[in-house]
Amino acid sequence: MMQIGTAVIDPDELRRELFDHAAGAYVGFEGWIRNLNEGHEVLRLEYEAYDPIAVKEGEKVIAEAREKFPLLKAHCVHRTGLLELGDCAVWVGVSSAHRDEAFLACRYIIDQVKVRLPIWKKEHHVSGISEWVNCEHTHE
Amino acid sequence: MSKSISVRYFALFRENAGIDEEQVCSDAKTAGDLFAELIDRHGSSEPLGHCKVAINDELADWDAPVNDGDTVLLFPPVAGG
Repeated sequence: MMQIGTAVIDPDELRRELFDHAAGAYVGFEGWIRNLNEGHEVLRLEYEAYDPIAVKEGEKVIAEAREKFPLLKAHCVHRTGLLELGDCAVWVGVSSAHRDEAFLACRYIIDQVKVRLPIWKKEHHVSGISEWVNCEHTHE
Repeated sequence: MSKSISVRYFALFRENAGIDEEQVCSDAKTAGDLFAELIDRHGSSEPLGHCKVAINDELADWDAPVNDGDTVLLFPPVAGG
């Protein structure tokens, strides 16, 4: 399941949804807001998503992970809005019988989510400058 | 005949354009043609390959045709995670 929203991500609560008696492994990934990016001191981040396609594409990524690896459960949540240092911006969790597929599937999902979903982040620097990550800033 | 296409801008493109969306009259054959035509609006020097496009809420290739009445969503380089 893929979710996008402004609600605070609670990894403990999300993790509980992956419990399964057939599961011998759980792997979770939390993406946090850090204070430095490409030499800039970061104050906070602002995330924007186009939810209809982000959810659809995220579901596709999870379905692909399920095809590639024998998973029991897989779930991803991406937060939008204004996030502060230390906040969790994205969470991926998978459960499976054995650890290998759980590690690989978790990695696959986060890597694909980062490059395929229409989600953007604007960095607000301590210096007062703001910029969209990964974008050229050439508009006159 | 010119087509009437609804264009929506996101993130950097929206800020550059100063608008969320607009109705454009265009002879563009493909999504890529339309992107090039609107370059003054979205103001990006990003290669097409770094950006994404959706037509009527489905991700599409830049060589996908655009038709009269379509809604085209222009996505600057994504940065999730």
